[in-house]
Amino acid sequence: MAERAVFADLAMQHMPALYTTALRITRNPADAEDLVQETFLKAFRAFDRFEEGTNLKAWLYKILTNTFINSYRAAKRRPEKADVEDVEDLYLYHRLDDLQTAGTGRSAEDEFFDHITDDDVKQAIESLPEVFRIAVLLADVEGFSYKEIAEITEVPIGTVMSRIHRGRRALQKALAGSTVVQGLVGSAEPGH
Amino acid sequence: MGTGESDVDCNETLYRLYTYLDGELTEERRHKIQRHLDECETCLDAFDFEADLRMVIAQGCKDHVPYALRQRVLEALIVEEQKQQFTKG
Repeated sequence: MAERAVFADLAMQHMPALYTTALRITRNPADAEDLVQETFLKAFRAFDRFEEGTNLKAWLYKILTNTFINSYRAAKRRPEKADVEDVEDLYLYHRLDDLQTAGTGRSAEDEFFDHITDDDVKQAIESLPEVFRIAVLLADVEGFSYKEIAEITEVPIGTVMSRIHRGRRALQKALAGSTVVQGLVGSAEPGH
Repeated sequence: MGTGESDVDCNETLYRLYTYLDGELTEERRHKIQRHLDECETCLDAFDFEADLRMVIAQGCKDHVPYALRQRVLEALIVEEQKQQFTKG
């Protein structure tokens, strides 16, 4: 079997995941497609260096994130928003809990899970600063381990854990700002 | 009161909740947290919420790959392969 066919056979399985990640990090469908194509080309060129039996998905993701950082982040002119107000752990859980005790009748948690949409989730993720966004995508959407994320992003595990942790808090804060939850806040307010 | 042998309390459970959910705790710690969750409804409730939220986040980020992109990439690989074969001579 030709090398290209072998590569395509193995690598194309990961295109949906890579594409989804590319959409979240570029926040632009055209850029996401370019990023995916470039990633596959680079991966194909480097395929003879890939060790068979090791984690292909992690290997592809390393190429994706490096390509993104080198090509796309460098091109951006907007300064990255670094000052994100940190909230406490379990922020969303406590927030919904507060709404529940305001006497809405139905559990705020149930309302949240019933009405939160995929778009809400995507928007919330895309609102995060890049380093948090990438960490949360790799951990929560793609399910990589801390160690794998450290290898993919080439930062120490401690930094990975910190970014994931802060990223999740920022994500929960963003989700708390979604229309679903804001709607709950509105209905819970007495006499307004 | 707390030494290596003792159970974990709510504070420690909630502190380690994400790491537990990530499957990144040591076997010993994981076991202790699990035992606490078995016995503590309050912490279990928080855990259930975080686990459900994790699923919502993971599943909320699925995008359909455009057919045209698939084709583009496959064609680009073919072109690249031909380039490589050409330079090999």
